Amino acid sequence: MSLLLNGLAASSGITIAPAHLLVESDLSITKQHTADKNHEVARLHDSFTLSKTELQQLYQHAHEKLGQRAAAIIDTQIAILDDPTLQTKIIDRINNHHDTAEWAVKKVEDYYLNVFERMNDNDYLHSRATALRDVTKRILSHLLNVPLPDPALLNQRAVFVAKNITPTDTAQFDRRYVAGIVTANGGRTSHFTIMSKTLSLPAVVGVRDATKIIHDGDMLIVDGIHGKVIVNPSNEEIEHYQLLAGEFAQEQQKWGALKDKQTVSADGRRFEVAANVGTFADIIDAQEEGAEGIGLLRTEFLYMNRDELPSEEQQFLAYKRFVSAMNQQRVVARTLDIGGDKQLGMVKLAHEDNPYLGFRAIRIGLARPEILRPQLRALLRSSVYGRLAIMFPMIATIEEFQQARAILDEEKERLVRAGYQVAKNIEVGMMLEIPAVAVMAEHFAKYVDFFSIGSNDLVQYLLAVDRGNQQVAYLYQELHPAVLRMVKQVIEAAHAEGKWVGMCGEMASNPLAVPLLMAMGLDEFSMSSSQILRVRSLIHQLSTRKLQPLVHRAINAETTAEVQKLVREYVPELKI
Amino acid sequence: MEKREFTITSETGIHARPATILVQAASKFASDVTLSYEGKSVNLKSIMGVMSLGVGQNAKVTISANGDDEKEALDTVAETMKKEGLTD
Repeated sequence: MSLLLNGLAASSGITIAPAHLLVESDLSITKQHTADKNHEVARLHDSFTLSKTELQQLYQHAHEKLGQRAAAIIDTQIAILDDPTLQTKIIDRINNHHDTAEWAVKKVEDYYLNVFERMNDNDYLHSRATALRDVTKRILSHLLNVPLPDPALLNQRAVFVAKNITPTDTAQFDRRYVAGIVTANGGRTSHFTIMSKTLSLPAVVGVRDATKIIHDGDMLIVDGIHGKVIVNPSNEEIEHYQLLAGEFAQEQQKWGALKDKQTVSADGRRFEVAANVGTFADIIDAQEEGAEGIGLLRTEFLYMNRDELPSEEQQFLAYKRFVSAMNQQRVVARTLDIGGDKQLGMVKLAHEDNPYLGFRAIRIGLARPEILRPQLRALLRSSVYGRLAIMFPMIATIEEFQQARAILDEEKERLVRAGYQVAKNIEVGMMLEIPAVAVMAEHFAKYVDFFSIGSNDLVQYLLAVDRGNQQVAYLYQELHPAVLRMVKQVIEAAHAEGKWVGMCGEMASNPLAVPLLMAMGLDEFSMSSSQILRVRSLIHQLSTRKLQPLVHRAINAETTAEVQKLVREYVPELKI
Repeated sequence: MEKREFTITSETGIHARPATILVQAASKFASDVTLSYEGKSVNLKSIMGVMSLGVGQNAKVTISANGDDEKEALDTVAETMKKEGLTD
């Protein structure tokens, strides 16, 4: 009997392959001290030798199959293992404190993690702390005789099933063998989801108890389009999904031809499909996938893993790089958006019971001008190198927008007086995430140059649902008629004032939402780069005029399920 | 003893990746190679040492080498830093 598990669709595509469980190893240490020092030192040496052999194999593997970037992560781990100082420190602990080898490793790891924590480190993705942790995990696995899960050692096509997948896990993937991913934790917008989209792997996340229900070797169908996992499917189910997977692959082939094309609907209306980016590497992906601009530049990366705020000069150099790389295509930079689920070491935020409703984003920016002002100055200075637009996150009231805008104008004037070049017509807009703003959109539209709908937060606030909480995640419904009504109202209000509207949440690339959004007249769709060509292809096939009755019926529907059914009925082009 | 000063220009400073490559380069030589930054000195053959210094953008560092192949060692390290985009 097949078993259907529901989760959240995290990355498109369908895959059929056996399950491979990645079980986290239990590396807890029970014995901390011992009298037999020599024995411990010998054990330590053995564990280093074994770890090194493994890492060398992994290096070969990553180098040959994943390229230099993945191999570099392993290379650093080998250098750590070879470090004479590290070994000496561990042996000293064994000799002077009578530590067991594993306890000594743990203590020295703690020492370095402590040192790292106290200093600047903007290399957030493959940071030194991650590298060190991965090495000590491997050493401990040998000392404790507990094997580590090793994604790189997989040698046949399989679907990874895990509680969580870390960036280091993904760096060890063999693309030929990793057929898909199923995780028990994680929401649609978690870091991992974004990674799997970049790797274009079918993925379903938030599948409750996935690692308990699914066993190694179980046959799985992973439907990353609808967020379903079928365990031990019947022959009919396999045939059905093979057909769907084939159609999806055919579609994918067509997308390549659209890379350098503009996004135009079948009835000739022009749209902009842009990319969401958070690092400079993302810009390269965006260009490779044919982005027509950057709809969301997350500036948080400049602030991550460091002890002090980045200087105006550092920020200026970074923004200049982004803006000039996009030539004359628009780059919409969002000012610092922290708080909620995003914390920063250097900006100490008090614990809050309701961080999503608390001190975050522009609320921090307005209260702490020493953070906002240098950022705005740096952005303004970068504006002459391309086409920059600036937006403020989490605006709730017109006064907030006016205040933020006034600070921006003040800094602009100061810069000009000080002799800096600043572009003349920088568009200044805001994220639209708070339902109150949507209700008042006709008034806000008079003051802004554009809105960018942050659908992730808007849906969350509108349906009062925490998307990270698995027990209520099902209520996170982007196609809920209330969401659609709100979006429609915002677009109409903005257009009445001659302003444009973009969307930079996950909804903008949801294939069921795109037909509705384009028919409502959304001007700009911004998304992770891997989704761009799929959305452009869809828009090319559809006519906004013919979709008008669908919009009418969808906003008058009673439930999300009804909306989904309507979209499928009106848009047969959505085969899957 | 050979000694040279450098200004780190790369945005990310000496993070994990360039630290690995620098350590690998220095380790090829018999000379002792030392990296100094803000009054602290570490063995350039120890990646934990290098990473512990937390050398960021615009940092001024001194690298010295002491031994039979000190000049060669320093030349190679300087070249590696440039190639990895750490210095201009």
